[in-house]
Amino acid sequence: MSKILVPSDNFKSFLNEIGELSRFAMRFFREGFHPRFEWDEFIRQCYVIGYRSLPLVGLTAFIIGLVLTMQLRPTMVKYGIDVQIPAMVGIAIVREIGPILTALIFAGKIGSSIGAELGSMKVTEQIDAMEVSGTNPFKYLVVTRTMAAMLMLPVLVTLADGIALFGSFLGVNIYEALTFKLFFKKVFDNLEYIDVVPAFIKTYFFGFAVGIIGCFKGYYSQKGTEGVGLSANSSVVVSSVVIFLLDLIAVQIADLFQ
Amino acid sequence: MNKAVIRIEGLCKSFGANKVLDHFDLSLFKGENLVVLGKSGSGKSVLIKCIIGLIQPDHGRIHVLGQNILSLNQTELDHIRVKVAFLFQSNALYDSMTVRENLEFPLRRHSFQLSPKEVDSMVMEALENVGLEHTVDMMPADLSGGMRKRIALARTLILKPEIILYDEPTTGLDPITSLEIISLINMIRDKYQTSSIIISHDMKCVKLVAHRIAMLIDGKCYALGTYDELKDSSDEKIRQFFD
Repeated sequence: MSKILVPSDNFKSFLNEIGELSRFAMRFFREGFHPRFEWDEFIRQCYVIGYRSLPLVGLTAFIIGLVLTMQLRPTMVKYGIDVQIPAMVGIAIVREIGPILTALIFAGKIGSSIGAELGSMKVTEQIDAMEVSGTNPFKYLVVTRTMAAMLMLPVLVTLADGIALFGSFLGVNIYEALTFKLFFKKVFDNLEYIDVVPAFIKTYFFGFAVGIIGCFKGYYSQKGTEGVGLSANSSVVVSSVVIFLLDLIAVQIADLFQ
Repeated sequence: MNKAVIRIEGLCKSFGANKVLDHFDLSLFKGENLVVLGKSGSGKSVLIKCIIGLIQPDHGRIHVLGQNILSLNQTELDHIRVKVAFLFQSNALYDSMTVRENLEFPLRRHSFQLSPKEVDSMVMEALENVGLEHTVDMMPADLSGGMRKRIALARTLILKPEIILYDEPTTGLDPITSLEIISLINMIRDKYQTSSIIISHDMKCVKLVAHRIAMLIDGKCYALGTYDELKDSSDEKIRQFFD
């Protein structure tokens, strides 16, 4: 066989990893909906993952809304369509910028922390200790965190959208007076279900990707501090790439309903 | 001391080409401290991890409290694990939880209908056994190595197990703390009538704790006997541990 057709070790390793991740995800669906449910840990993770991410997500969203408006305005003024700024910014934020940016920040903050936390638990045998104490560590650690990520990211995206639009409102008011009520009326008059619903649905998939990938990387972390660092780092990288791929697929599907 | 609580028959485990356990046989009797002695990397930790079900052996049988561990489903295995505690070499305390939460964790896992007062009482009793009541609301990172080992020991005792597996309980500890751990191991055996397998190559610990010693050499149970019997052995492979 020609050497060109022989897959390299790196490629085989990549395919192997995809296979293992798929098995890990299947295990989530198999065990995640079976009692016993770790409600206490799930609620704690919702607080850690959701509530504690709010300041960073809120600040970023505000700045993005403000900056986007300030960047758009000169071109819009040039073509005499600056009255459309609220509508354009609203559609851009709700459809794409809000979900993607929030998901990427989420992947960076939460994906890395889950990867590092589970990685360090793995190398210090805390996961084994959980198992020998009669606890299912997969349910306690992976299912709770992934479900919390799936639940919290859509909430964070919704809040981020609102905060970004508020930032945009302030951006508009730097140059002209526009009331709060009128600004948001212009935003919502131009938003349709096709703008909101696909964007909202895809955030569940983003949340799942961040949660399951962070947990996978940490659960199978290699030994030592280097291994834990690698888990944290690769959680972010892989989650980010998967978010973009999911977004690409989501756009194609949403297009079918246009 | 004549009822076998653990019976291992023909246990085999390899990692690639490395044959760690090769038809290993051993029995642990009720109320005894059995030390498994061997060189580093000889498979001692692999042995006790096979017993508790953390590692799947390639061949063989492991009977714990009359049940074949290898044929149990997850629920049945979890029931057995309530009765068999494991003290990790690294202690494996949950570092995001306080000492109290670490000890409460196994209690809350097993659907015991315990009131908060009963849980608190069991936690304090476990800490009193190891002399660390004052650490109850501290984090593991705030504790010394010896204190962490004792808290880990307290956590193994909280469900009052019938069998305890110790993975190198004195490794990394200073001589004084090692003696404290050794005396705790003997106290636990006397107070709770537990049966224990202790993995160690600390000869002081072995001498003070062991009722019997099993020598793990080349994957097999090479020799079995008391400390004094093995110390006076003419076999060079055995004697080198005692010299």
